Amino acid sequence: MSELTLTVMRLGFLAVLWLFVIVAVQVIRSDLFGTRVTQRGSRRGGQDRQPQRGAAAQTAATPPQQRQQSGGRRAKGGGRGAPSKLVVSEGTLAGTTVALQGQTISLGRAHDSTIVLDDDYASSRHARIYPDRDGKWIVEDLGSTNGTYLDRTRLTTPTPIPLGAPIRIGKTVIELRK
Amino acid sequence: MSSATTTATTTISTVGPPSRRNTELALLVFAVVIPCFAYANVGLALSDEMPSGMLGYGVGLGLLAGVGHLVVRKFAPYADPLLLPLATLLNGLGLVLIWRLDQSERLARTAKFQGFTFQASAPNQLLFSAIAIALFVAVLVFLKDHRILQRYTYISMVVALILLVAPIFFPGKNGAKIWIVIPGLGSIQPGEFAKIILAVFFAGYLMVKRDALALASRRFMGLYLPRGRDLGPIIVVWVLSLLILVFETDLGTSLLFFGMFVVMLYVATERTSWIVFGLLMSAGGAAVVGTFEPHVHVRVMAWLHPFDVFTTGQGTEQIAQSLFAFGSGGVFGTGWGQGHSDLISFAANSDFIFATVGEELGLAGTMAMLLVYGLIVERGVRTALAARDPFGKLLAVGLSAAFAIQVFVVAGGVMGLIPMTGMTMPFLAQGGSSVIANWALIAILMKISDTARRPAPAPAPSPDAEMTQVVRP
Repeated sequence: MSELTLTVMRLGFLAVLWLFVIVAVQVIRSDLFGTRVTQRGSRRGGQDRQPQRGAAAQTAATPPQQRQQSGGRRAKGGGRGAPSKLVVSEGTLAGTTVALQGQTISLGRAHDSTIVLDDDYASSRHARIYPDRDGKWIVEDLGSTNGTYLDRTRLTTPTPIPLGAPIRIGKTVIELRK
Repeated sequence: MSSATTTATTTISTVGPPSRRNTELALLVFAVVIPCFAYANVGLALSDEMPSGMLGYGVGLGLLAGVGHLVVRKFAPYADPLLLPLATLLNGLGLVLIWRLDQSERLARTAKFQGFTFQASAPNQLLFSAIAIALFVAVLVFLKDHRILQRYTYISMVVALILLVAPIFFPGKNGAKIWIVIPGLGSIQPGEFAKIILAVFFAGYLMVKRDALALASRRFMGLYLPRGRDLGPIIVVWVLSLLILVFETDLGTSLLFFGMFVVMLYVATERTSWIVFGLLMSAGGAAVVGTFEPHVHVRVMAWLHPFDVFTTGQGTEQIAQSLFAFGSGGVFGTGWGQGHSDLISFAANSDFIFATVGEELGLAGTMAMLLVYGLIVERGVRTALAARDPFGKLLAVGLSAAFAIQVFVVAGGVMGLIPMTGMTMPFLAQGGSSVIANWALIAILMKISDTARRPAPAPAPSPDAEMTQVVRP
């Protein structure tokens, strides 16, 4: 085999190997660069690409503080004020989010809960959060020992959740966000 | 890409994830093609013709990957799309590397000279890969939910201890007692399996105890000092890992378990002080044992003075040859089949396999391989972030930490960063236990990520719907 062919194959192999790594990184790009901060009303046209990519790199350096979604996406989640995700803001699970897609979310120490609380003050089936027929999200305490608090008040009946209002279970605080 | 970039992603969980199985399939095809390319390249470089086993090998690897993919589609449809292709690529390249070293006349001659019959290891390794994929499939099918493992917290502690202690009663090979020999069947390296089982125990244990370990502490010079009695667990694990080091004379296993425990302790309690304690304890322990235990001492000396063997003629020249291999590889390497890493002679295709990568693929290839390992670890940690239950979080972190530490220990040993150990490079090195255990590890990670990324179940019928009906007269 000629020297030239072998050299081409050698460099070609390295190129293919690196291509694989780069493709793999592209697949998880959204994870690696964190949250994209897009300006309100900006459109995802070609001319917008550059500044957005800069913004993405910036967020990679500093932890993302706030996310604003582009208008096109929000329409999917229902009305303008409809929450799209549930965020755990305090407690051992802080940072976890669950996308709200019309499903019932159960909270508690039981292993099959949607959010498994690891909290001495939580009951095994503590509370649940579900949408009513109008798409409003309701929190209901399931007879827990230590109670579920919306803002400062202990829940006694199923109650609609205002956007961003803290729901407190033991040391865990969750809230709905857009 | 535009849909992916406009999809609002949060830092923690993938919101509304598509299952991404097709991405996985595409990457998987890529991951099978690359080793085939390498295989052809070795054949062309060594004998100027396409290797005869090419078809069988390519089909074999493709078949294994295909079976894995189909089972993932059926039983873990939302699992991470990258883990399977990355592991397949490493396994495939490992097979090529082993086959390439099988072709070496020098290794065959050395084996003959020492009175062994030389056996090609690649067919065996392909067989082990098949068994490993079978176990991978079994884990995906039978482990319905990773939380089931939590029930076996203390049983897994006992099993892991048995696995760790057992090799002491068997004769050591080449100084390190890390094998269980079953007469007639071969030998297994129980440490590889123990790392998975121990991760289950640590995750279950720390999940229960972490509040005591995290909260009861005093602050001193910016560090949280745990109370004396809370130091118990870390001291027990430390003593155990030192005992492994003394009786099995294996630095790798010892570092792996202690490191994994410290990482999981840190993740469970969020206290940096555990890392500080862990580093101090492992450094102190290793220094003392390295000075007094003869076998470990030999390894440390071989690490500190790798080239002395050429002047004094004592010891092994493996590490020196390994360093030569990396050196002669340069930036782009010598190309597949054109290096002389077989000069390492003994264990060239197991412990020292990474030196062949270093010589034939050069710095560029070595970095790519390490990045592939890094991506596997990244996916594991990512899975831990996305998991919605504390046990799953800790287990995923523990497994990825074990994987990362193992890669570090082996690569570091081959490159002369730390003393050489008896561990094997996951997926690359020749050895059945390693391949089988690491595929099982990937399967558990995929199962956790499947649970974590799965959208919550379909909306339950609202209990108060249709409760009252208006009956019109």
